[in-house]
Amino acid sequence: MIYWVVLVAVVVSFTAAFVFPLYWMVTGALRSPEELAQMPPGFFPESLDFEVYAEAWDQLNLAQFLGNTLLYASGALLFTLAVDVTAAYALSKLRPVLGKLVLGMMLATLMIPPMVILLPAYLTVKDLPIFGWDLLNTPWAIWLPAAANGFNVFLLKRFFDSIPRELLEAAQIDGASPVRILWSIVLPVSRPIIGVVSILSVVTCWKDFVWPLLVLPDSENMSISVGIASLSAQMPQNVLIAALVIASLPAIIVFFVFQRSIMAGLTAGSLKG
Amino acid sequence: MTTMTVKGSRRRDPGGFRRGLRRNLTAYGFLCGALICFAFFSWYPMVREIILSFQQTNFVDEPTWVGLDNFRTVIDDAAFADAWINTAAFTGLALVFGYVVPFAAAIILNELRHAKAYLRFVVYLPVMLPPAVGVLLFKWFYDPGPGLFNQILDLVNIPALSWLDSTDTALVSLVAVSTWMNMGTGTLIYLAALQSIPGELYEAAELDGAGLFKRIWHVTIPQTKLILLVMLLLQIVATMQVFIEPYLMTGGGPENATLTVAYLMYQYAFNFGDFGAGGALGLMLMVVLMVFSAFYLRISRDNQS
Repeated sequence: MIYWVVLVAVVVSFTAAFVFPLYWMVTGALRSPEELAQMPPGFFPESLDFEVYAEAWDQLNLAQFLGNTLLYASGALLFTLAVDVTAAYALSKLRPVLGKLVLGMMLATLMIPPMVILLPAYLTVKDLPIFGWDLLNTPWAIWLPAAANGFNVFLLKRFFDSIPRELLEAAQIDGASPVRILWSIVLPVSRPIIGVVSILSVVTCWKDFVWPLLVLPDSENMSISVGIASLSAQMPQNVLIAALVIASLPAIIVFFVFQRSIMAGLTAGSLKG
Repeated sequence: MTTMTVKGSRRRDPGGFRRGLRRNLTAYGFLCGALICFAFFSWYPMVREIILSFQQTNFVDEPTWVGLDNFRTVIDDAAFADAWINTAAFTGLALVFGYVVPFAAAIILNELRHAKAYLRFVVYLPVMLPPAVGVLLFKWFYDPGPGLFNQILDLVNIPALSWLDSTDTALVSLVAVSTWMNMGTGTLIYLAALQSIPGELYEAAELDGAGLFKRIWHVTIPQTKLILLVMLLLQIVATMQVFIEPYLMTGGGPENATLTVAYLMYQYAFNFGDFGAGGALGLMLMVVLMVFSAFYLRISRDNQS
């Protein structure tokens, strides 16, 4: 009996705390500014006119922002996989001289909170040392730093370590090159961890705010978060809220589809393993 | 030491040396992408951060060394103390809420047998939202006129609050958003830790006549001590970097009540164009956060061996 009371109380309070704000957001966009200002508000909006979503789409140029964000996230994913998988493979299976030091230095970057190297990282992107390139307002400013992710290298290396040596040695005796071994043996058995790393990197890129705010200042290059935030002051409230709904949809859909991998990635980082 | 012995064993076998060389060249071929990315975007910025904070630079002339001038500039700023106090208060409050609430939620979820998948999904939902969306959404809820929160207060006949516009409530309002957006992570990590506690421990406690609170105190907490400690350190490091909430919600106001160190650092660089002073502030923040990071590293290493 007590159990059921607690269960209902928990379900109701969790729904109120985490779902109701989202319900209020989706329906809030449908309300006219006058209805939004009305006290007390109705639980349901007075009319179901989805016009405001179309208005937000056009006025805030959401197609462009979403397209940009998709470009940044997919590029970040490709670079992350290409760079981190090869690095983890080399460190785990080829074990070069100074490999431990390299891994240690990559892991050391996890101790550096991103905010404290924000300014020098920005200056680096603005004027890349040696090459002197200005990467501001180019996708490279998102893609390349995203690949320098010590946590991904760590996750992948730990998984590769668990692949039995005999499997790779057999292939080596058959004359397979390291590239071939990576491509035909290591990658196929590593699908689960590659899935986790992929989703983590896409979600991280999609959620990021401060970095794109700094390195993509031109409005035609902005990511969706930065774009909406920068236009938020000039928009009528219901149009802005409609834009927020549109911006959260991709994240929520991804979560629905990839729930399991996302939660696996969450606990992968904890001490256990 | 290890490289020495590897070298020694190679000398004894010239064929092996060549093979070893090839293996190393291949390995560094695979590593070169990562080495370039890390060098440019992680390792170099770390060094540059230190250089930056001791230099005066306007990006036109050659930068000049100014010793501790940048540090003096930021410390003499009246906002300096405010920023640190606010950051400490934000971190402290975020720990009280963001630590107790998710842990309690995890304990409750662990006891329940129904609706678990739904509750897990729901509590993690805000974590998936882009933070900018969550913050702007709550900014609208905090609207001093007809915002959602004042409407709810109105329903229960409590006078409206000014939330973000009053120095008393602004910082707490930011902590509330931050907790709402992030508590899913903590809840699920604690839940995973709770599920790995052997059931026998609870059975034994129950046989000894321990009630619910005794079981939590004597079994749950000791068994999850490690993860609680790790999360404490991670959360301190994460919340001390708070930027997006004050940036999008309050602009540091009212009267600097929500100005944080990270936001002040941003202001120095991008509003006042003083990267040296911003760098000095960043370096101070780095030193403080490194202390917590070092503790974290120590604990996780001790427990892996």
